[in-house]
Amino acid sequence: MMRHLISAADLTRDDAVLILDTAEEMARVADRPIKKLPTLRGRTICNLFFEDSTRTRISFEAAEKRLSADVINFAAKGSSVSKGESLKDTAQTLEAMGVDAVVIRHGASGAPFRLATSGWIDAPVINAGDGTHQHPTQALLDAFTMRRRLVGRDAGLGKDLEGRRVTLVGDVLHSRVARSNVDLLHTLGAQVTLVAPPTLVPVGVETWPCEVSYDLDSVLPKSDAVMMLRVQRERMNAAFFPTEREYSRRYGLDGERMAKMPEHAIVMHPGPMVRGMEITAEVADSDRCTVVEQVTNGVSVRMAVLYLLLGGSEPATAPTRVEEK
Amino acid sequence: MSKILIRGAKVLGGEAQDVLVDGETIAEVGTGLSAEGATVIEAAGQILLPGLVDLHTHLREPGREDSETVLTGTRAAASGGYTAVFAMANTHPVADTAGVVEQVYRLGKEAGYCDVQPIGAVTVGLEGRKLAELGAMHDSAAGVTVFSDDGKCVDDAVIMRRALEYVKAFGGVVAQHAQEPRLTEGAQMNEGIVSAELGLGGWPAVAEESIIARDVLLAEHVGSRVHICHLSTAGSVEIVRWAKSRGIDVTAEVTPHHLLLTDELVRTYNPVYKVNPPLRTEKDVLALREALADGTIDIVATDHAPHPHEDKDCEWAAAAMGMVGLETALSVVQQTMVETGHLDWAGVADRMSFAPARIGRATGHGRPVSAGEPANLVLVDPAYRGTVDPADFASRSRNTPYEGRELPGRVTHTFLRGRATVMDGKLA
Amino acid sequence: MDTHEHTDEARPVLEAPDIARVLTRIAHEIVERAKGADDVILLGIPTRGVYLARRLAEKLESITGAKIPVGSLDITMYRDDLRMKPARAIGRTEIPAEGVDGRLVVLVDDVLFSGRTIRAALDALGDIGRPRAVQLAVLVDRGHRELPIRADYVGKNLPTSLRETVKVLLAEEDGRDTVLLGGKSAS
Repeated sequence: MMRHLISAADLTRDDAVLILDTAEEMARVADRPIKKLPTLRGRTICNLFFEDSTRTRISFEAAEKRLSADVINFAAKGSSVSKGESLKDTAQTLEAMGVDAVVIRHGASGAPFRLATSGWIDAPVINAGDGTHQHPTQALLDAFTMRRRLVGRDAGLGKDLEGRRVTLVGDVLHSRVARSNVDLLHTLGAQVTLVAPPTLVPVGVETWPCEVSYDLDSVLPKSDAVMMLRVQRERMNAAFFPTEREYSRRYGLDGERMAKMPEHAIVMHPGPMVRGMEITAEVADSDRCTVVEQVTNGVSVRMAVLYLLLGGSEPATAPTRVEEK
Repeated sequence: MSKILIRGAKVLGGEAQDVLVDGETIAEVGTGLSAEGATVIEAAGQILLPGLVDLHTHLREPGREDSETVLTGTRAAASGGYTAVFAMANTHPVADTAGVVEQVYRLGKEAGYCDVQPIGAVTVGLEGRKLAELGAMHDSAAGVTVFSDDGKCVDDAVIMRRALEYVKAFGGVVAQHAQEPRLTEGAQMNEGIVSAELGLGGWPAVAEESIIARDVLLAEHVGSRVHICHLSTAGSVEIVRWAKSRGIDVTAEVTPHHLLLTDELVRTYNPVYKVNPPLRTEKDVLALREALADGTIDIVATDHAPHPHEDKDCEWAAAAMGMVGLETALSVVQQTMVETGHLDWAGVADRMSFAPARIGRATGHGRPVSAGEPANLVLVDPAYRGTVDPADFASRSRNTPYEGRELPGRVTHTFLRGRATVMDGKLA
Repeated sequence: MDTHEHTDEARPVLEAPDIARVLTRIAHEIVERAKGADDVILLGIPTRGVYLARRLAEKLESITGAKIPVGSLDITMYRDDLRMKPARAIGRTEIPAEGVDGRLVVLVDDVLFSGRTIRAALDALGDIGRPRAVQLAVLVDRGHRELPIRADYVGKNLPTSLRETVKVLLAEEDGRDTVLLGGKSAS
């Protein structure tokens, strides 16, 4: 693995499987009386959040604490795009305080990459979501959830998502979750289809390793997992779609549509859900919907990432698939 | 003033000749000229061109003297072989009155490194709503003939039409920064494959092309001439080519960076590659080179845009747009146009001196290298190969996209009316 | 390649029948010391300790006729030398449904050396529950302890020099059963 985790595209198939397998072990920790491992004792991790995201921050914090790391939460909200020095100065401040890793969430695409490559700091950088670019740990937790549900908890160990059909629905244009998922799912052998109104599909999508469809109903029966992306109501005002009602009618997932999915297929959502917009309450609360599991899995996956990046003198190397030596 | 004999230079890349400069003018061009009483510059193997003229420079003074001043900017210009630069109007305060343009003009005179011809704003405060006093700026000591809201597009069709019409009275030209503002809200880079991957707001080619299409039609309709700043897309080339074929009086410029760099570089998220209009694709770069070669694009202009270090030492979205360019322009043109066979040196002289001087009505610049002409000259060593080191720049800013890149050619001497501003590669 | 390699070639110190025999002996010792082994749970330390624990469990079952819970306890996350090597893949921890509380946990590993692995295992065990007692069974004790730890059941005491290597091969993982005493490893 690389020193940093900036983009899901940086992960090889073996890296990703190693993370998912490690996460399965981490998940067992949650079932124990003492939900803590001493592994990162004495290491300081800073959660540097330039953008509000209580969910992601708490998830990382839980993962860090379960690994016994010392945690510093730094909410640098408000200054995100005002003046660039804030990122550099903040980074150098953290470096001076001796942090061993930085988990960064930033509104500007590329900020984590810049932090990792600019020479401002030495510490490993983990991207917790940057602008409309990447959110690699989200993609990993999604893949983890899919592997558990579609392949099996034990049966999935060492396996990828070869041949599984995953459909992502919604605001692809503004979604870092979509970008990360397309990259990672492709690496793991899944077939990805994006479904969105054409206004919410980026120009240039043609080079992505996935299909694009504008017709949700035709794709649902051929999906093993359907991931609904959050659609912000404000997009309506920028003419991405006419009305909330029209969006829901064409791209929202309701009970009737869910019935078109195969028996085993699951419904996913990175949260927070906009009920009534992209997903109805009926679907969100059904047992096919993995939203709550995704949150739980997020902690395990982040523990795995933190361990594999920081648990040694250098990051872990994934074993190659050729077993015979 | 003393005499200077430039011996054995290839004039406009042609036969080796001697050029005798006496005072402010070229006294004689020929072979075996007498060196008597003259300082001799041995220029065998070097190319002698008329002093370069940049129709698009940001000198930042007044207002952003932390990035550049008229003095540092013109020193950079001289280093790059320029004898005249047109200073863009987006200063603080904006150059939208006779007072500001005269100030810039005077600062240029005082600096003495090259002639500074201020460009006047088209609209008050570059706000696109109310015409600035174009006539007053023309009538001022600065004698403004080029008007531009560069940095912003004159997007209101009526204002653009009126400006095009109005400047006809005194032979002015409007230089349009073609960028449809609504299509480029939040734009961070060229919209395409790379922006889709990087998740950076897209600046679509159509935002430039639609404005150019509108403006050439407006220019035709009102019988005025229009100049297109930093044309950057293959589609824009097609529109200008079509307009010229219809006889529309349109001229266009391309920057050195758009002749060389592509949006693939943005993958580094390094803001030195952040510029407006953005770096485009390989296909665009090739089309721009073709168009500059065949004359569809008339000139190379640097869009020299100095920014202080801190405005680039940050995340992409927070970074300022722009690159310095005066000191690398000729080298980039040599690499992209001369060494690729698109242009010979006479062509370079046309695109970087004759044509820009003609478009901007820069008196005494862009003249032939012949007896009786003002001695605005530049000597280039085309065999030189070197790596760009921003620490060597005369500009106050260092935001070059070429740091560490090997570029060919080097300006060894620049003469402004017979006086060396650059001598043996060093500022005089 | 080390030019002395051929002279320092690894030689077997236990062969398959020896391994089977010592495991049988250890099983009997466990039954004897645990007075019937009815609250015994075996936890193997990955990788080879897990196979040894399973083999021991089979032998215990054949002796006692009772089902012996067997699981695995990965100690990677509890190691004290994590920061001296690249991060390594972690092994499986599987605690039998019966849990460890109030039971006699017998930790099973292939080689006892510095004792640090066992120290880590005790820490790991402490986070899982509170056994009645913890014992240790190893196939080979090669000495050189760095911590006050000893094994309760030892297959073979093997005096070694620090520069020698001991390698346990098991059929489940390596295709054959043998314990090799290696030549001086390049330090």
